[in-house]
Amino acid sequence: MTIQHKPFAITLDVGTSHLNKTGSWRSMRPVYIDRLPPCNKACPTGENIQGWLSLAEEKNYRGAWELLTKDNPFPAIMGRVCYHPCENTCNRGQLDLPVGINSVERFIGEQGLINNWQFKAGEDTGKKIMVIGAGPAGLSSAYHLRRFGHQVTIYEASEKPGGMMRYGIPKYRLPREKLNAEIYRIQKMGVEFKLNHPVKDILETKKQGGFDAVVIGIGAQQSHFISFPGQSSIPVLDALTVLRDTENENPNQLIGKVVVYGGGNSAMDVARTAIRMGAQDVTVISRQEIDNMSAHPFEIKETLEEGAQIISLRSIKAINGCEITLELLKTSEEHHSGHSFVVETGEVESIEADVLVLAIGQVIDRQLFENIAPIEISNESIQIDNTMKTGLDGVFAAGDVVPSQRSVTTALGHGKKVARAIDAWLNGQSYQPAPQNEVATFDKMEPWYYSDAPRTIQPHLDAVRRKNGFAEVVGDLDQDHAKYEARRCMSCGNCFECDNCYGICPDNAITKLGPGKGFEFKYDYCKGCGMCESECPCGAIAMEAEDI
Amino acid sequence: MTKKEQPATDEQMIKFYQTGTFTVGNRLLDEEFRTVQATSERSNSIDSGHRACQGCGQALGARYALDTAMRVTDNKIIAANATGCLEVFTTPYPETAWSIPWIHSLFGNVASVASGIAATLKAKGDTTTRVIAQGGDGGTTDIGFACLSGMFDRNDDVLYICYDNGGYMNTGVQRSSATPGGARTSTSMPVGEHPGSSFTTGKFLPAIAMAHEIPYVATASVHDLHDLERKIEKAMSFRGARYIQINVPCPLGWGSEPAKTIKLARIGVESGLVPLFEAEHGDLTNSTKIRYQVPVEEYLQLQRRFAHILKPANVDQLETIRAIAEKNIKRYQLL
Repeated sequence: MTIQHKPFAITLDVGTSHLNKTGSWRSMRPVYIDRLPPCNKACPTGENIQGWLSLAEEKNYRGAWELLTKDNPFPAIMGRVCYHPCENTCNRGQLDLPVGINSVERFIGEQGLINNWQFKAGEDTGKKIMVIGAGPAGLSSAYHLRRFGHQVTIYEASEKPGGMMRYGIPKYRLPREKLNAEIYRIQKMGVEFKLNHPVKDILETKKQGGFDAVVIGIGAQQSHFISFPGQSSIPVLDALTVLRDTENENPNQLIGKVVVYGGGNSAMDVARTAIRMGAQDVTVISRQEIDNMSAHPFEIKETLEEGAQIISLRSIKAINGCEITLELLKTSEEHHSGHSFVVETGEVESIEADVLVLAIGQVIDRQLFENIAPIEISNESIQIDNTMKTGLDGVFAAGDVVPSQRSVTTALGHGKKVARAIDAWLNGQSYQPAPQNEVATFDKMEPWYYSDAPRTIQPHLDAVRRKNGFAEVVGDLDQDHAKYEARRCMSCGNCFECDNCYGICPDNAITKLGPGKGFEFKYDYCKGCGMCESECPCGAIAMEAEDI
Repeated sequence: MTKKEQPATDEQMIKFYQTGTFTVGNRLLDEEFRTVQATSERSNSIDSGHRACQGCGQALGARYALDTAMRVTDNKIIAANATGCLEVFTTPYPETAWSIPWIHSLFGNVASVASGIAATLKAKGDTTTRVIAQGGDGGTTDIGFACLSGMFDRNDDVLYICYDNGGYMNTGVQRSSATPGGARTSTSMPVGEHPGSSFTTGKFLPAIAMAHEIPYVATASVHDLHDLERKIEKAMSFRGARYIQINVPCPLGWGSEPAKTIKLARIGVESGLVPLFEAEHGDLTNSTKIRYQVPVEEYLQLQRRFAHILKPANVDQLETIRAIAEKNIKRYQLL
């Protein structure tokens, strides 16, 4: 009957192609996933770097600060002294140059100081924790424990808190007003500081104070020392004493010809301090070639800029009078596990010196643990289990005192981990770190889509002006540059709603859910071609095999 | 309603970093600068359920072009369609994937059908409804060429869009006059002394269209949506005959992975083999610059139709293809 009403030769009603569910063609299905950005993975304090950069690029600095300080209580400090392993793994480095994460962190830290943003302690749990040492590990554990709501008391042997941040890192890298301000913020959340208060007996102090748990964060504060053959007439100092004296404004002996022995960051700190104290001539003697020295390249560069001399591939054989005998070394042809090492050549030379400073590493002070058998010490460190607990129940350890990379950042990360472990332990549980997502490596991304955006260079103080005092060398980014730098982030592994998948699907098989809500596949129509996965700039889509 | 040009102030420049205008959308861009395809309100002129192969470049190119035209004309578009993949995969009787007024013509006469629609609209005094004719490269450069040239000559008010995938893919991948030199098709097999499609002087239709001195000619590619949408919008701002050729990779005919469609479109352009430019009244007015130049081999090796070119015996053919890229780069100032 109805056929009569249709146009000529038409027998069926016209219908939409929606009736044709092309999803049945599919053998692979796309899914939205989150991958772990390499910066987040590399960060020893486990910061959600990508997260706070994303807030910073929208000028939400308070939000960025809140997110950042969930993991790291010291953005203004770490924005200066962190050796930023995040930047070394930043995928943008394979495109042009890594995002200047550290400089943006510093900017956010400054915003926190300017606006006087404060931390909040957690709801009181009634538990009391004793922390030994107000260095980065101790302060970080105190901060995180306080956020859990525990009461914390820090015992510190020195007059001021900060540990190596104060007594190891010179002012020109970390101005003291920034250090003090960020430590004071922890004090304001209710952490009690007992300064000039060295702990003599851990168990006794714990008992007297009625503490439920202990964190040992005493660091590695004793300089490694070696004596040389010969009749030396010059003072031989150690790096930590020199840096501590400088901080305390004690008179020191950095005059005339200063020779520093060592190739690490402490050696550079001493050399640069000596220049600022007016030494006539500063020479660093390193056993390694410049490229293999353990000091960070920028430290070496700035040391050289300021006029110190670095003599590499030498070792000290003897000291006679004011003459130091050096033996020439050479890099061995052989490599062990990817590292080259140096061998002696037998050739010698000598240089004159008025003072020698040894910067050849630090060891821990064992005195405190000698009578506590369950706390095991080997390889110059306290041995801990994977929840940071020592052999003695309720006693945990963090920072340089345990086996680690011995950097401020690592110590802050330990502080976070030990706080979580203690919190779990207090609740009768064992701390288990959350499982991590697969890493968003560069090959999972489509970098063509990212605009060319050269890295912003932080202003640096002229070398000539640095020598006269302890003014800060590296400057701040201004607001525009900080925002620009944050926007260079490629959001590796996490959707930033660029609409690429939604736009390029030839089958309209993606629904856009609106800002902040992401997208959804319409599996009724998705043919599984995989274009969305290939063209996702940040690698937030994966293809999975269908069960067929 | 037309899109604004991108402002060039410092503030806006800063906003562009991250992906700038290279992705379909960009959450840092003001809404008004984003593409039509980034919006939830796009027309979806060709909708889900069509029967194009996985990763079809043409399905994508056609939706990009028509959605933009729909937005620019306030949804007043009539489209005519030559026989070919686009017609076959969208309208198997009685289904249709089109959500716009659409008519199927013969293989060779779509330009004339569109001219007729334009004449009818004129006779009816309708000045707001606009006409688009579309076809593949076979229906355009071979079979429909006479009708198209006539449409240009009469300067009829039609935008003709050619989706160029370099062959008669619908009927079994036969060679067309737009098939690139050296490419394998079912009628130009990689055998004998000169394997693959012959390197003739070619029939590059955008240049022929320019020779007609029609108001607007452009080439576009599915990998650069902002560029493509801008060109459609520009074309709709003219009256008279206009021609746009969109490069649309075809996984079936090219022997490429469906997931690589956009990538192929992109490196085709970045290698210089697919020049993107615009011309007005016969004069070249603009060319889209190559961002990161890639060697032609990178483009060829992703397509089985060129597999023989990369064999040592055929190094002459590879040289010829390189020379074509270099000539394009020079002629259309692509660097």
